[in-house]
Amino acid sequence: MCLSIPSKVVSLDADNMATVDTLGVQRVVSLDLMPEPLGIGDYVLIHIGYAINKIDEESALLSIETFKEIIAQMDEEERREALCE
Amino acid sequence: MRKSAERLFVSSSLDLSVLFDGFRDKETIFALKRKITEDAKKLKEKLYIMEVCGGHTHTIMKYGINQMMPDNIEFVHGPGCPVCIMPKGRIDAAIALAQMKDSILVTLGDMIRVPGSKKSLSQIRGDGADVRFVYSPTEILKIAEQNPNKKVIYFAIGFETTTPMTAALMDRAIKSGLTNIYYAINHVTVPEPMCAIMDDHETKVNAFLAPAHVSVITGSKIYEPISEKYGVPIVAAGFEPVDIMQAISMLVVQKLEGRAQTEIEYTRSVNTEPNPKAMELINKYMEVDDSFIWRGIGAIAKSSLRIREEFAYLDAYKVFADALPKESAKDHKACICGEVLKGKAKPYDCKVFGTACTPSSPLGSCMVSSEGACAAYFKYGKSI
Amino acid sequence: MKKITLAQGSGGVESNKLINEVFFSRLKNDILLASEDAAVFKIEGKTAFTTDSFIVSPIFFAGGDIGKIAVCGSCNDLAMMGAKPKYLSLSLIIEEGFDLGDLERIADSIAKELAVNGAMVVTGDTKIAPRGSVDKIFINTSAVGEVMLEGISCKNIKAGDKIIVSRSVGEHGAAIFSAREGIELVSALKSDCASMWPMVEKLIGAKAEIVSMRDATRGGVAAVLNEWCASSGVSMDITEESFTVLPEVSGVCELLGFEPFSLANEGTFVMAVRSGESEILDILQSEEFTKNAAVVGEVIDDGKNRVILKNGYGTRRILEYPTGELLPRIC
Repeated sequence: MCLSIPSKVVSLDADNMATVDTLGVQRVVSLDLMPEPLGIGDYVLIHIGYAINKIDEESALLSIETFKEIIAQMDEEERREALCE
Repeated sequence: MRKSAERLFVSSSLDLSVLFDGFRDKETIFALKRKITEDAKKLKEKLYIMEVCGGHTHTIMKYGINQMMPDNIEFVHGPGCPVCIMPKGRIDAAIALAQMKDSILVTLGDMIRVPGSKKSLSQIRGDGADVRFVYSPTEILKIAEQNPNKKVIYFAIGFETTTPMTAALMDRAIKSGLTNIYYAINHVTVPEPMCAIMDDHETKVNAFLAPAHVSVITGSKIYEPISEKYGVPIVAAGFEPVDIMQAISMLVVQKLEGRAQTEIEYTRSVNTEPNPKAMELINKYMEVDDSFIWRGIGAIAKSSLRIREEFAYLDAYKVFADALPKESAKDHKACICGEVLKGKAKPYDCKVFGTACTPSSPLGSCMVSSEGACAAYFKYGKSI
Repeated sequence: MKKITLAQGSGGVESNKLINEVFFSRLKNDILLASEDAAVFKIEGKTAFTTDSFIVSPIFFAGGDIGKIAVCGSCNDLAMMGAKPKYLSLSLIIEEGFDLGDLERIADSIAKELAVNGAMVVTGDTKIAPRGSVDKIFINTSAVGEVMLEGISCKNIKAGDKIIVSRSVGEHGAAIFSAREGIELVSALKSDCASMWPMVEKLIGAKAEIVSMRDATRGGVAAVLNEWCASSGVSMDITEESFTVLPEVSGVCELLGFEPFSLANEGTFVMAVRSGESEILDILQSEEFTKNAAVVGEVIDDGKNRVILKNGYGTRRILEYPTGELLPRIC
């Protein structure tokens, strides 16, 4: 049942719970498995009602940057191939 | 009751939509497809990538990633679906527990539809047994509170992603003084079946996509011994289509460079090290069990967990041992779930796939669970 | 909080009082108030007739309630056959102990929705069942209507026909699921429960050849498209990106592993159009509720009776007929 998807922390609630938002849908999750404290606006992975880790934004943005480089590289190669024909 | 929101940290650089769209972006997928195709031309042997995790199988089939691969890259669907590998004997045990007087059997999602030797949990619910499924184990606390005179038995399933939730539930239940929750745990671990597959000399698998969220809990270092021992590249990949394409690209590059290492594609969520809180809770309440029978594969040593002796009073398999069935159960004759789970057959190789065995009337567990290879093929797999 | 009692179902003084105060006062028309054993009326031309029962849980949900859906459900079935809704029967089975205030709210919804359709309840029945034998309230409506556009049939769809979806998809199913206990998802999501006749009346007046229409209720758009492939012996080529799916519906689907195409709708319908699709789209898009109407694909003949879904990456898969217990009691 791997349906963990990223959600944004909207509020920190009593009893070690938090309210998170995914694309406008909100629900309350447990923080009992979180190894570090969370803040409002943090992105977390949720699995069956528990937050399991904080998404590293820097890594996410870095990944996306890497993808942009791959796109540029592939486009460049295509252009070169087209020129050679 | 909510406390007033505390503004500890606000992110401004990342929008939630980026986390979705950024990893589903068309242009990126096409670029990665071109890169993989180009690189794959230089491969000396065909790449058989096993994706262990059911969620990965789903993404691959739903987005047609297998249709985007060149001819020398093929997917082999592995046993990473905890519902699919559940042996009939354990389901029969769950049924027996559910049929005890004053008991409520609770489990997650698809588990209630898997047939045991005779019936499924869903069918005995129709016969009057109190069987419920929950979306989160946290609901079990409420069920126990609302039914103090009943035995609430959590039939816990899942790999390492789901195991810590059972431990967290046990922790909460004990601390809150609830005495009517029992646990029938069937948690399994990922590395051992990976080794079992590689130990099978008939296997073609020479690369792995390691599960995403198992790796979040355990850390990716649990795969390092496997890449070392068997000389296979392993990449821990996220669930989005871009994640999988990037991970495949990384596997191809490893092959070309003659490397066999464990790498992380899913860097935004996975580290080499585990989630210490999760591991602490698991180790507090559970320990490695000697052996577990994986449906279709057979017994794999040390591939599962049991409740520690000091908490035996919570272990449903011990407390209610007298109610459990004594005979072992055999799989349906025509069902080749085992071969599918080991990656030696595809769903459509099965004689009953799509005819006698469909999602609404499953014979084997690969068809019941929405993550099962057969269910994914039935839903998405008829390639055109 | 007044509660409904068994006495109020026994056909005597209390029954009459309940029916008068709750229903007759709100639904009044000459035929109903005549209180005969059967309603007598005349319909010109061809008549369409349908029936539906409603057991939706929860009975009050974002965007509607069981009363609204009881009227929409049957009137929409008439509208989908090109028939103007005229007369309805209304049958209620109410659990002993049901809250009177809730019943009045439901009756208000029924009255309101009848007005939208220009239809009347002309006959009815109310039973009170002992506590526990019914889950709060079950409703049945049957409806007759005047066929205004003849020839609509799910058997006449041919290769080349265009498939149009009237608006964004999956909202009713997603809203109901969110409200279910145990899941407790909070969002701005509302059911799309709505009467279709006012829009359908405009569409059948257009210069277009409408071959078939169907509301995408249980099983969603996936069910309708597959049913049409089976009934007409055709296949369909559908483009995933042409559908509009609200972010919240996507959110629910992501969280629970559903596909928006399999989720129920109660105000969204599918059309097979042979010609004049631009005019159909213009009419639909001119109103806020149906502003996201779009051509989502085309009917083809490949001898296989299946729905082929093409995604944004250029890969294709079969959109299957939904199976299994996806969402119990959604309408």
